[in-house]
Amino acid sequence: MQKYSVFSLIKNAFSNHQNWEVAWKDPTPKSEYDVVIIGGGGHGLATAYYLAKEHNIRNVAIIEKGWIGGGNVGRNTTIIRSNFMYDANARFNEFGMDLWRNLSQELNFNVMFSPRGIINLAHSDAQMNAYARRGNSMRLNGIDAKLLDRDEVKKLIPMADFSDEVRFPIFGGLMQPSAGTARHDAVAWGYARQADDMGVDIIQHCEVTGFDVVNGKIKGIRTSRGDIKAKKVGLCVAGSTNILAEKLNMTLPIETHVLQACVSEPVKPLLDGVVTFGAGHFYISQSDKGEMVMGGDLDGYNSYAQRGNLPTIQHVLTGGLALFPFLSRLKMLRTWGGIMDMSMDGSPIIDKTHIEGLYLNCGWCYGGFKSTPVSGWTFAHTIAQDQVHELNSELRLNRFSTGHLLDEKGLGTKTWIG
Amino acid sequence: MLYIKCPYCGLRAQKEFSYGGDATVKRPNINEEVPSEDWDNFVYMRKSPRGKHIELWQHIAGCRQWIKVQRDTATHEIFQTAKVTEEIR
Repeated sequence: MQKYSVFSLIKNAFSNHQNWEVAWKDPTPKSEYDVVIIGGGGHGLATAYYLAKEHNIRNVAIIEKGWIGGGNVGRNTTIIRSNFMYDANARFNEFGMDLWRNLSQELNFNVMFSPRGIINLAHSDAQMNAYARRGNSMRLNGIDAKLLDRDEVKKLIPMADFSDEVRFPIFGGLMQPSAGTARHDAVAWGYARQADDMGVDIIQHCEVTGFDVVNGKIKGIRTSRGDIKAKKVGLCVAGSTNILAEKLNMTLPIETHVLQACVSEPVKPLLDGVVTFGAGHFYISQSDKGEMVMGGDLDGYNSYAQRGNLPTIQHVLTGGLALFPFLSRLKMLRTWGGIMDMSMDGSPIIDKTHIEGLYLNCGWCYGGFKSTPVSGWTFAHTIAQDQVHELNSELRLNRFSTGHLLDEKGLGTKTWIG
Repeated sequence: MLYIKCPYCGLRAQKEFSYGGDATVKRPNINEEVPSEDWDNFVYMRKSPRGKHIELWQHIAGCRQWIKVQRDTATHEIFQTAKVTEEIR
């Protein structure tokens, strides 16, 4: 594989960049694989990469209905953080942070990981207390957390509304300085390129139509491009999890909902890290191009449409304006939607299933992007070793029946208010 | 914007309504021995189909009645609405 570097860039400039190697091939599916990963998003591609790299399993196919990186890995707001309170979530995502820090070097692909911090704003004493508690929990798990008072917040985001008339005054905030953003598409492409180089077949425009399950054991899958035998099959399909689960006669603690995001026109550097509003559901960061990237609530009803409705955008931006009045001067460039696999406790599921050789990776709600590396890493381990890793030992499917929920937000089972 | 026909008030904008989830989920009977698996299914397990979905909405900024809506989760088209005591087939 051609190594990307400043020298290869200069060399290829002499031929007008016409002679670059393709980053990944377009193979026809073989009749049999050791492992088939369904879903060519970030998590699927990362899983295939770590299967090849960490476990030397290279007879692997990724089956993608559309094109790789066309789903949520290309639709998210690129936030990477590990500011969780529960041990299981904190450990899991902090391991992921370590993978992020070295990802550009490891993949020889600039994923533009930029740890500029995230601030969760608090607008009452009670919220400050809750954040102090969460910050302490994070620090006990070795994650950097800093409780900011009002003046410290004002130094970092002076453009927020600190006036006296404001309905939800800023009391302070909890900051994770090591959190940040990355270029989402590059993550998918970087994993794809390395996985392809190690022998993984990336098969795009191939829809899974069914599964061959004999005596409780997976034998293969049926696709729009023919049957494929597989010893093991991993599901990494986010918002389409329920559709494939139905083909397997499985019911899961998951509902699919649409989440919208939007960006403004690009402006000069204004906002350094990520900021979340604590009195409504709104978060904002500024992309390297200068666009303000914003998101908030789910549309609030079950949906498989990768688009939402205007009332939710209006509602989210009302919160945005309450925090950052300058937003009213910006033009909206575009809005889009992605479909979220909302789990009933807000935490993901990476587990084996009752079908031998079938593995499940789902329930990411709207936080899947930040966990892309660690999700792939642990899912690859779960598939290769046929047992969960310590990191995902609490992210199991049976926690809903045993009561060991990871309800980080304590919202109950109404996934649409999450 | 979705427009939902409330069986009591007529066609109203989505903003007047609040969502209540899958209307086909049945609570286990009261005063009976209920296996924990049934509770599990009732509380957590959802089909979440792509296509026609019967769901609860509350006309929270109107008559405040709970209603049933049959809606397509892929296109957002609304086919039928009914009072919560009525069946949608």
